Order: sequence, then structure tokens, then C-alpha cells
Amino acid sequence: MRFMVLVPASKESEAGMMPPKELFAAMGKFNAEMVKAGVMLAGEGLAPTSKGARIKYDDGKTSVTDGPFTESKELVAGFWIIQCKSKEEAVEWMKRAPFGGGCQIEIRQIMELADFPPDALPEGMVKQEAALREQIKK
Amino acid sequence: MPTDTHRTIDAVWRIESARLIAALARMVRDVGLAEELAQDALVAALEQWPEAGIPDNPGAWLMATAKHRALDQLRRRKMLNRKHEEIGRELEARQGTTPDLEITLDDDVGDDLLRLIFTACHPVLPREARVALTLRLLGGLSTDEIARSFLVPESTMAQRVVRAKRTLSEKRVPFQVPRAEELDARLASVLEVIYLIFNEGYSATRGDDLLRPALCEEALRLGRILAELASNEPEVHGLVALMEIQTSRFAARTDASGAPIRLNDQNRALWNQLLIHRGLAALDRAERLGQTPGSYVLQASIAACHARAATLEQTDWPRIAALYAALAQVTRSPVVELNRAVAVGMAFGAAAGLEVVDALADEPSLKSYYLLPGVRADLLEKAGRLEEARLEFERAAAMAQNSRERDLLLGRARAVIKA
Repeated sequence: MRFMVLVPASKESEAGMMPPKELFAAMGKFNAEMVKAGVMLAGEGLAPTSKGARIKYDDGKTSVTDGPFTESKELVAGFWIIQCKSKEEAVEWMKRAPFGGGCQIEIRQIMELADFPPDALPEGMVKQEAALREQIKK
Repeated sequence: MPTDTHRTIDAVWRIESARLIAALARMVRDVGLAEELAQDALVAALEQWPEAGIPDNPGAWLMATAKHRALDQLRRRKMLNRKHEEIGRELEARQGTTPDLEITLDDDVGDDLLRLIFTACHPVLPREARVALTLRLLGGLSTDEIARSFLVPESTMAQRVVRAKRTLSEKRVPFQVPRAEELDARLASVLEVIYLIFNEGYSATRGDDLLRPALCEEALRLGRILAELASNEPEVHGLVALMEIQTSRFAARTDASGAPIRLNDQNRALWNQLLIHRGLAALDRAERLGQTPGSYVLQASIAACHARAATLEQTDWPRIAALYAALAQVTRSPVVELNRAVAVGMAFGAAAGLEVVDALADEPSLKSYYLLPGVRADLLEKAGRLEEARLEFERAAAMAQNSRERDLLLGRARAVIKA
């Protein structure tokens, strides 16, 4: 099973500040442990929302808003994708992350194709996805 | 119904057990005894943690508990021979070390794990015993889980594990990393075990116990662990690359009814790009080591060619044909040569492919292999030799191992006449 772990933003991360040296080192060590254990699939930090954008979809029209976003409490600053046998294992791993100060991360199971009911993916949609991926690769 | 705490303890066990057994095995110099001591610690955890809560450092708790029991056991034995006295003294001296010290000895942990991997995969054990022992000691799977994964009764699997540990004891297999002269052969044994586990998982069909496809993930995890421990071994990275890329095709390999879909016909939109990315990265690591490619690196390179092709038409068949040629040199396998025929046919035309296939006509090991006439039939059809193609498809159908394949080949035979 695969899980995505979402790390919330903070005032500091939104200000583009680097984490203190000790935290950086501890995070590196934690990541290395997950790599050595074969559970780490991906892990990235996200730039502050000032470099991002939002798109709103309404009645076939889209409206784009550039960051920074200050209104929402639910800003994401980073993520991991890990491979574990169970949610409990994912939790046990993430308990070892060097966060503190009331930071709260979220663990979400990634849906595999087998998790979708058989009629969920109409054939047309699959072909469309294939075409999209073609475009992305160019 | 397992409680939340039990599931958490299972998760902790999965994270900690291999290292625990490895460290104990170095101390008591017997893998079977090390596993018993580790299991004792697990029993203690199952008894105490539900009430006392999961400790902050569960790994250290399990290690301290296991060592305590080791000492207890050694003291209670009526006849302590010299070896046990020595170990007893060593353990007592180590009792003074704090749990934190254990965790920071990173090199030791890595070395011990490597020793455990090589010991569990020792060639003195029959292959199925190596597989069982690896899943038990390194995967932390229960005997019941391993039995269900391989579709054998639990008692059979339990016996297999017991006999394996006894053999290691009786043959006095030392708990160590193999010497340089033996390393290649011993490493090949480890990689064979991991890939066997992977293939067992990959062969799982819909409706199978979910433990079976989970074997792919297990093998991938073990491969990745080994890649960090033996990072200068290209074949390890090659095997990891191969498994990452094969796993990337998991969602595309069967249709709605559970029937297998061959690679050429798969919907590539369903190929997992993250796993392909990881596979290509692992292959890159192998290639940077600059050694002549071995069989896993070559197989991974072939898989990578397919993975890089967004459509079937974009496949680099000449490169695949060349890789199969190199692989045939390394493995001397007629099946590889047959695959080369397919690639040569795709790259250089049916006539070229037929040359390769026809050279295999008298190959004894392929006498009852239905894909030999199957591949030949396909190439004959492409070459316009239709009547020969129809007969070959019918010949292949007669040799097919299941009704689905037989129907497919008979269908191809009928389609030739219509052309």
C-alpha cells in the first residue's frame, strides 16, 4: 500500500525561510532511515505559495489567482509518498519524523486502480488520460 | 479481530524485527536462537504494551528485552559450555550500554542486516527454504502468512522453516558476510531469492489471497534495503530497477475479467510513472558503477526501453534486440534467444526474426514450449507465408498450457485464413 504524507505550511515556510540547521540535519537523517528501510518512494518540499497559483472551475470557465495565499489554514509545504503494509506502519514511521511545536501532518492512503469499483473508469476517460500523458511527455 | 494496539505492534514488528534478529544473531551466533529470542521479546510486547502503551523507542525496548531473556536462558542452562560462558560474559559486559548507544551504531546495524540476508539465502539450503527463511527473518511475516502466500499448508511451511534453521546450525554456517571470492555467487543466491518472491507475487491472479500480490511489494522492499547495504553492486540495482518497472505495469496487466494482457497490448496510461522514474534511477545507479552488465542489469535495460516508449510504435526495438543478444551471451538461455527473435523481427523485419527462430528448431529444452511455434507463427504471418503460419498457430495451440492461451492461438490461426 502507498501513502501520501502531507506537511502543513508555517509562517516561516511561507516566508521562504530555511529550517534551522539541526532540523534540516535531523530531517535528512529521518529520510535516510526511510530510504534504507525501502519504504521511501518520494519526498519533496514545496516552494512558498507566493510562487504558486490557484484555479477555480465554474460552469466551464476557469479563473486563476496567483499566490501568496494567506486566507486558508490548509496550506501544504511538503509531502512524502511511502510504501507500507498498513496504515499503522505508515503511522509508526511518521511518528519518527523530527517535527515539533504542535505541527500536525496528515497521512492519506493512495487509491490503487484495484480500489476503484470496476465501472468507475469509462473507456473514453482512459483514452483521454492516455492522450494527456502523450502530451506531457513531449 | 486484532485490536488497534495489536495492529500497531504488528507494524512496529515489521519495522524492527529484521534488525533485532540480526543484532541477536551476531551475539548468539545462531540464527534460529536469535529468532526465538526476538519472538520472546514480541510476546512480552504483546503482553505489556496494550496496558503500558507503546514505548517511545520500541526498537530499543525490544532489543533490551531480548538480551535480558538471552542472559536468563544462558544462566538457566545446567551445562554452560565454554562458548556460552564467553557469550554470557560478553552480554553482561554489554548490559552496561544504554539503549541510545545501540541505535547510533549504524554501521553495525547495516553489517548485521547484511549478514542476516546472506545467511538466510545460504546455498546450503534448498531454494524454497531460503525463500521461507528470508520472508520470516527479514520480512517479519508469520509462518501462516508465508504459507498462504505460497499456497502451501501452514504445517508444511513451519517444517520448512524449522528444517532450514536446523540445517544452518548443523552445517555450522557462520554468521558473516561472504568472503570476496564467494561474494558473486552468494549475492546471486540472494538476488535469486528476492526475484523468486517477486515473481510469485507477480503471478498472482484475481481472487487470490491478497498476501500474494503483496509479495511484489515485499520483494521490492527487500531489494531496496539491499541496494543501500550493497550499493556498489550493480546487479542489486539492476534487480531493483527490473522490479520497480515491472511493478509499474501492475494496473495494466489484466483486463476486467482478470485475463492477462501482453505488454504490447497494454494501456500505457495505466503504467505508474513514479515507479518507472524510480526504476530508471536505479538502472542509472547500476550503470554508473561502470561494470559489464550482468543479467539483471540487462533485463532491467530491456524493461526500461519499454517503459520509456509512450506508445508501442515508439519502442526502440533495435536496442532491445541488442540487449537480448547480450543477455543471451550471459545466460545462455534458449528462451532469451526466442525473445531476441521477437525483437529482431520488430526491428529488422520478419525474415530476420525467422532466421533467429529457425536456429532454435532443434533446441531440446524448447521441444514442448508452445511459444516457440507461437513466435514462429507470428513471424510467418508477417512474412506473408500464410499457410505455414496457420499450421504453426495450430501447432502452438495444441501445446498451450491453458484454455485461454489455446483459444487465443486458435483465433490467430483462423484469422490467418481470412486474410
